[in-house]
Amino acid sequence: MTATVIEPRSMKDLPAEHLLAPGTAMCAGCGGLEVVKQVYDALGENVVFVNAAGCMTLLSIYPFTPFRSSWIFTAMACAPAGAQGVRDALDVLIARKKLPESEDLKVVVLTGDGSANGMGLSATSGCMDRKLDFYYLCYDNEGYGNTGQQSSMSTPHGARTSTSKGGYPGYKKDLFSVWAAHEPAYLATLIGSEPLDVAKKVARAQQVKGPKMFIALAPCPTGWSYEAQDTVELGRLAVKTGVWPLKEYVDGEVRHTKKPKQRAPVDEYLRRQGRFSHLFRPRRDEAALAEIQANVDAYWADAP
Amino acid sequence: MSLHASVNPRHTRLLTGNKAAAWGARLADVDYIPAFPITPQTEIIETLSAWTDAGEMPARLTMLESEHSMITAAGTAAAAGARTFTATSSQGLLYGLEMLYALAGWRVPLVLVNVSRGLSAPVTLEPDHNDVLAARDSGFLQIHCSTCQEVLDSVLIAYRLSEDRRVRLPVIVNLDGFYLSFTREPVTVPEPEMVRRFLPTFDLEAAHLRASDPQSLAVSVLGGSSYSYFRYEVQLAANRALDVFEEAASDFAVETGRFHEPVHAYRMEDAEYAFFMMGSFATKAMHAVNRLREDGLKVGLIRPRLIRPLPKAHLRRLAARVKGIAVVDQNLSPGLGGVLYSELAGALYDLPTRPMLVSYVGGLGGRDIKEGELARMIDEVKLAVDDGHPPPPRLLYSEEELRGIRKLQTIANRPRPPEVKA
Repeated sequence: MTATVIEPRSMKDLPAEHLLAPGTAMCAGCGGLEVVKQVYDALGENVVFVNAAGCMTLLSIYPFTPFRSSWIFTAMACAPAGAQGVRDALDVLIARKKLPESEDLKVVVLTGDGSANGMGLSATSGCMDRKLDFYYLCYDNEGYGNTGQQSSMSTPHGARTSTSKGGYPGYKKDLFSVWAAHEPAYLATLIGSEPLDVAKKVARAQQVKGPKMFIALAPCPTGWSYEAQDTVELGRLAVKTGVWPLKEYVDGEVRHTKKPKQRAPVDEYLRRQGRFSHLFRPRRDEAALAEIQANVDAYWADAP
Repeated sequence: MSLHASVNPRHTRLLTGNKAAAWGARLADVDYIPAFPITPQTEIIETLSAWTDAGEMPARLTMLESEHSMITAAGTAAAAGARTFTATSSQGLLYGLEMLYALAGWRVPLVLVNVSRGLSAPVTLEPDHNDVLAARDSGFLQIHCSTCQEVLDSVLIAYRLSEDRRVRLPVIVNLDGFYLSFTREPVTVPEPEMVRRFLPTFDLEAAHLRASDPQSLAVSVLGGSSYSYFRYEVQLAANRALDVFEEAASDFAVETGRFHEPVHAYRMEDAEYAFFMMGSFATKAMHAVNRLREDGLKVGLIRPRLIRPLPKAHLRRLAARVKGIAVVDQNLSPGLGGVLYSELAGALYDLPTRPMLVSYVGGLGGRDIKEGELARMIDEVKLAVDDGHPPPPRLLYSEEELRGIRKLQTIANRPRPPEVKA
């Protein structure tokens, strides 16, 4: 389903009221919920969310839901397949004139990074291969947040999690590139601290048919160990330090939508989070910090 | 009902069980077919794919990348109001097992044909019932077929059952790989007009995912009370499904002359002994019944078509009349034995006088059950009835087979395992 959606030009163009009702079971300061709210506003209420096991599964707890729209929970590995079934059903029912077009819905997959990078990747790949016309929002809190922040394939190098107390030895999977290799219709990174960037990208995605994929860095007070009021600030720092590049993939090209002119050192982002505190106390782990900085520098050296 | 009901030659074709299943989906005028190949089911989706490609069926067929995804897509499509058909076998059914439980909880109607095949390891393509019985407790209802005609008819009856508002549970229609899937039998294909009378169009008002009526489906619950409530609802619906099945089967009989009762009783009127079996091998038992009756033995066959819901009253009524039953399980629950044995024993426990039950496990991985073995079972059941003690459960295996496996072990050059005393 494509529609002409006007791209917002300033914060004034963003809605003052949100479709998502307040009072959910999400943690205070949830960076995932922040971006879900913004994406939902940009898509409008004629959507169905297809959810995989993760933090957001607790949004709809019987008999309450914060959505004005439909919701279906599937399982951890198969939310994109659930989207396939809904999309196919609506298409065939409308084609067979069993449903009026007014009953059509935008199908939105909502999963965390655990599902997206791990057991959900096969189903996601399948949907992109089939050029399914759907939206996928991955809220990436860089670990299995709902079960107490164990390391996932999206956990950044050096971060302490409840299964990597000394710092995660692996490296965050480049899911953006994995998804881009499938040549989706649209692909972008998001962060809730940049709502205008979010709204613009969702508006652009709505112009095209096919897989429309979003990965949103989701600062997580409980999993990353920082105070809930700092979520927006941490999001800004993730962008300012270049740790979280804001970019989009369109027609085979990657373009950065916000290029920090003077990148702040990664220290500024890392030292605000308890999950990296072992890199600073009792003494600075210069080698580890230098490696993280070098990896960010290397990314931007090649960045288009 | 005889093995092959009387046929109208005008509409009778030679069809494999797989083709019969595909005809069931075609006649049900399904909207959506999520598919994934697996032997011995693949012919079903190839047939449907050819029909949808040629425009002979207005359904949409989508190839998924796994059975887990396939079953998920089937469920969400049904939730969105599409009449949905899907099919799998064996490993595929178990790969998607998590979602079978989910779909039953979503209360979405659809039909899944399972073409039974033994589970790995070791790897085989040939049938037994461990795959479908692994789905026994999922909330899917189960209809088991023993002829190709029954496969086609059961798919149609399954849609009536599944979509009935008193039920609204997904249904598995089971047929055995090879013995039915690839065996051609004469099958009467009903007229589409007749099917339309029997099976009304999908009730879209009951669909969950629509723009005009947003709903949250499969949400979380807090605490055991809400959880129990919804699980009990599935139990009550599954119980109601027995009456609904009988209604549907009666209506089907009015249209076609073919009556598929929840339990097929073959020559049970005056039977003193009976076989208890399901699936295609039950037709071997029918043959054995005929032969044993020629020898003057009053033998019959009790064949449950429905396994879920388990038609307990029917089973009790039939079993109460006989002295002894040979329960032949084409499955193995290691550490227990045959699953059907436990099911039947449980159903009969509160009868004032119970027949002697003797448990046999056989036909695993397509291993034949020979007529001689079936005759021997009735001998053993008779003996057990006469002296009042059932023999221990039997795992069917012949000395000849053992010699054969010893030869293979020699070729494999493995030291012979120590003999185990049975």
